[in-house]
This record gives sequence, structure tokens and C-alpha cells, in this order.
Amino acid sequence: MMNLLKIGLRNLRRQKRRSLLTLSLITLGVLSVLLFIGIAGSFKNMMIGQITDSSIGHLQIHKKGYVESIDNNPLDLNFTLEELKMIEEKILQIPQIESFTKRIRFGGMLSNFNATSSIRINGIDPLLELKTMPLLKSKIKEEAVLIPGEIWIPEITAKGLDLKEGDTVVLIANNKDGSVNGKQFLISSLVSNLGGTGSRDAYIHFEDAMELLRIEKTQMSEFSLRLTDFKHLASIEKQLKNLLKSLPGNQQFLEIHTWDQLVGFGNIAKMIDLMSLFIKIIMIAIVLISIMNVMTMAVYERIREIGTISAIGATPKKILSLFLAEGFLIGILGTFSGLILGAGLIKIIKILEIPFNFGKMKGILLLPEIGGNDILSVSLIVVFVSILASFIPALKASKMEPVEALRHV
Amino acid sequence: MSLIHAEKITKNYQLGEIQVQALKGIDFELKESRFVSFIGPSGSGKTTLLNLLGCLDKPSEGYLEIGGTNVLKFNRTESALFRSSKIGFIFQDFNLIPVLSVYENIEYPLLMLQTIPSKPERKKRIINLLEQIGMESQKDKYPHQISGGQKQRVAVARALVTHPVLVLADEPTANLDHATAFQVIHLMKKIKNDFGASFIFSTHDPKIVGEAELIYTLEDGLITSRKEIKGA
Repeated sequence: MMNLLKIGLRNLRRQKRRSLLTLSLITLGVLSVLLFIGIAGSFKNMMIGQITDSSIGHLQIHKKGYVESIDNNPLDLNFTLEELKMIEEKILQIPQIESFTKRIRFGGMLSNFNATSSIRINGIDPLLELKTMPLLKSKIKEEAVLIPGEIWIPEITAKGLDLKEGDTVVLIANNKDGSVNGKQFLISSLVSNLGGTGSRDAYIHFEDAMELLRIEKTQMSEFSLRLTDFKHLASIEKQLKNLLKSLPGNQQFLEIHTWDQLVGFGNIAKMIDLMSLFIKIIMIAIVLISIMNVMTMAVYERIREIGTISAIGATPKKILSLFLAEGFLIGILGTFSGLILGAGLIKIIKILEIPFNFGKMKGILLLPEIGGNDILSVSLIVVFVSILASFIPALKASKMEPVEALRHV
Repeated sequence: MSLIHAEKITKNYQLGEIQVQALKGIDFELKESRFVSFIGPSGSGKTTLLNLLGCLDKPSEGYLEIGGTNVLKFNRTESALFRSSKIGFIFQDFNLIPVLSVYENIEYPLLMLQTIPSKPERKKRIINLLEQIGMESQKDKYPHQISGGQKQRVAVARALVTHPVLVLADEPTANLDHATAFQVIHLMKKIKNDFGASFIFSTHDPKIVGEAELIYTLEDGLITSRKEIKGA
């Protein structure tokens, strides 16, 4: 094996310029893929983090049909106190769920006594909400705690109604029976853009929500869950579904949604994954074509030599291995240099902390990250494709008749 | 026992629509440890015959046995393995592997054997041959760094390193000047005596032919004469 690689390496050095050109192409391919995965992946993860850690959470539980009819303020699809307790009990059985919050969501009108604007309201337990949505803290005033009688309203709504922190507003909402109730609130904080579905949401204490909606026993519209590790989302979702099956009614009244099923960015994230796949396919094409080209040339130039080694006693299998070893070497060297350059560039971009804006999110830092799995998968793909690309020329070499090969001029 | 036993060997080539008969039924017997030359004009079938004896090609008809083995039943891999252990080749253009040093070129056939000798054993054999061809000091040089005569000496060593029973050399001196050609032939003869292998070489050079113990003349695909040289 060592001899094969040694000879392969020396053969590559015969046509230095050509080998270097092929190596550069592979290096460039690997570098591009790593950079794309690093930048696009970190952008995707950062955006997901912004959305899930501010308002959506990683997983949500609703009553069946709630999400589809959310715009109609379906107060009849709230969980009752008994249901809430049963679900909570199941959630607590999964240690990978770091925390959860419950919300009662409804629509209403916000008035500054001169003008009125429609608004979506979340009735929350502020302690649970801030624990489950760690980024929410950074979107509100530092000392804001949301005691009963206080409201946090979105900046954009405040701007439209010319409101500021410390102002008083009236919140008007329809209860389940259709009657209208109103309650006065003090704006204790404005909420900067939350992203996801929460960009126009106001927050009040859940006790105020109960009072406004004339609900006597606590009701909630949704559970929002935060996991200890986002990577385990699919398995936790499955585990939760299984646990909730044991509830009365065989979980038929429940729906579990992952974050990407609730916000449009889920599709963008899928698009990013798809683009990563296409970039990988382009890299495969680069590696395949360049190595196939260089190996075909190598076989053509060394026909006589193939005849000689065949005469000396090299079996077809050994001749095949000799050319495969060359392709493997180009692939592995190209991968290695691509990885070094890619890792270096990613490091430099991280050090430079380049800021960019995405929609209303300003000054987001470009912090590319590349995981071990990505490095491994890119390396394995390139090495595999390199061997694959060398296979046809190598097979051709191994099938040459020694007499004809020796006769070749 | 004969080293080579060939019966009614024919070889036909198809050149477009024309069939060319390169060998027209050759009967040939050769004992072990002989120094044999094939002479004849171009197109007489010398190279074709050497290719058949070297198991590089198969006859269209006939029977061929080398070292008591029917070599015609071999597939490509079996032929290659047989060549690696039993037959050595010396080519007109030396055909050394350009990316390998003198030492590595001689070592190469050993690495093609089904059972590769140990590194010390390989080294012992190579150093012994390098001494015999007088190129110990050049062992790390590459083919482009040595002369034609030296290349052919390396090729002789390469052909013998596996201790074959038969060494085939197609016009081994054609690309060498007269003095070097004689040196190479004498080297082949000397090594033949040391190793006990049979050498068969083809040549046009009448002076070189005189070095052979046995001279076969090939004409138009047939052996037309056999001449034993006493004291060669």
C-alpha cells in the first residue's frame, strides 16, 4: 500500500503544473463548500436562535385546530386547567426539556384615548416566559418585570399610536361569549422586534388576561417549550408525542408543532439546506471532472509504461490499484488543503466580526462555524468521488493488453 | 526436461480486412540455461515469437509449455503472476519506470510477486545485482540521470531480480553503441552463468549474434535454420 502511494505521489509530480491545477480546483471546491456551509449554516442557526429564543420556542403544544384558526382568536380552543395540569405532568417527565411557558393568546384593540389599533396579546407568567425565551430579556427594558396592571407593547405599535413607556392605555377584547371588556394598563416597556410571529405581540400578565376575558378558572392557548439541546428536537418531539398519547382521548385533542412549522423562516432554513446540497453537488462535479480528466491523460501518456509493468508481472488488479491510488492522493491532498484554507478563512471572518442586517434585525454579526460532521462529510465525499473518478481510467489501464501497450509509441 | 516446448505455433493478425500470418507453425524446444539468439529480417516474426514465449500474447493455434506448465490455459491474472516469477524482460528502449530510482526499478518486479520477499531479502538481492552490473554507486539515480548502457544494465538486473527461468530480450542492443552493446551482452552472458536462467534475445547485429550458444533464424514466420556455436 505504501509503495502504491509512493509511486502514485511520484507519478503526480511528473506533470507538476497539471497536478497543481487539479489540486487547486479541488481545494477551491472544498473551500467554497466549507465557507458556504459555515456562513449559511451559522446564519441559519443564528436566525433560528433569534426566533425560537424570543417568541416561538423550540416546540409548541396547542389544541387541535388552534394554529389554523389563530387569526379568529379561538378562545374555545384553549386548554382547561385540568388539561393544563395533565400536559404539564407529561412535559416534566422529559429531562431534556429545559423549561416551558404557557400563554393565553387573543386579539384586541389598544387605545391611547385618541386612536385605536388592533393588537395580538399574550397573557403570560413573566418569570416562566423570560426563562423559556432568554432573548426576550434583551428586547425589553432592563428592569421591566410585568406585574398585573402593566403591559409591554411592540415598538412599532407604540410608534403608530405615539406611545411611550409610562403612558396609560386601554386594552379592549371580546370574551368567549362575544361581550366586550376593557382594562387600563401602564406601559412598563416597549418590545423591540421579536422576529417570527411575535413581531406585533403585546404582553400582559396572565391574571390580567383572565380578568379581561372574564375567565374564572385559568385557561391557556399554548405551551411553548425550550430544549436543553436544539439538536435533539426531532427525538424530543417523538418522545413527547408518545407521552401525550397516554392522555385521555389518546392525545386526539392535541397538536405538537416544531418551530419551523410555525414561522415562515422554516422554509428559508430548508432552502439554505437545499442550497448547501446543490453547492456540494457542484463540488462533486468539479472533483469528478477534474480528476477524471487528469487520470485519463495520465493513462494515455503512460500506455507503454503500463505495458512494461504488465510484462514485469503486475496483475490487472495491481495496475488498477496504482491509478486509483493516484486519484485518491489528489483527492486527499485537495481535501486537506481545502480544509486548512477553509478553516483559516472561517477563523479570519470570525475575528473580523463583520456585521450585516437582515430585515429589521440590525447589526447581526457574521460568525461562521463549521462542525466536525460537515468536515467529515465533505472530506469523505471528495475522497470517494476522487476514487470514483479515477476508476474508469484505471479500469481502462488494467484492461490493456500488454503486447498492444508495449507497441504503443 | 525442456524449458520451452512449442508445437505448431501459429499467430494470425487481422489488419483491416487482411489476415496476416506472423508465425506459420513453429516447433521449438529449448533446454534450461541456454543463451539463444533469434535472428531474421524485420517482419520475420521474432518479436511475435518472443511475445508468445513471454506469455504476453497467445498463439492462434498450437501448444506451448514453459517450465512444464501449459501457459495457454492461463487467464490474464495467471499469466501476469507466471511472468512475475518465471520470466524476465529486457526491452530495446530499456523501459525503466521514470519515477523510480535505479534501486527501485530493480526492486519493482519483486513487489509484483504473489509472495513479496521481506525488505532485507529484497535488499540483499538488489545489492548483489547492482554489484554484478557495477552500478552500486548509481543506485539512487533516476533513469534520466544515467546513460543508455547503464539503463540497459539496470534493465538486465531488473529482469533477473526475481530469479526467473527465462529472460527474453527483444533487440536489447539496438539503441546502444557497439562497445556498450558488447558490454551488455557479456553482462547478460555472465549473469546467465551465475543464475542459470535461459536467455533468448533477438538481434540484427551479426557480431552480437556470435555471442549466442544457439542461433535460430526466422524467415517469413518459420524457423529456417538452427545453428549451435561451439565455445560461445
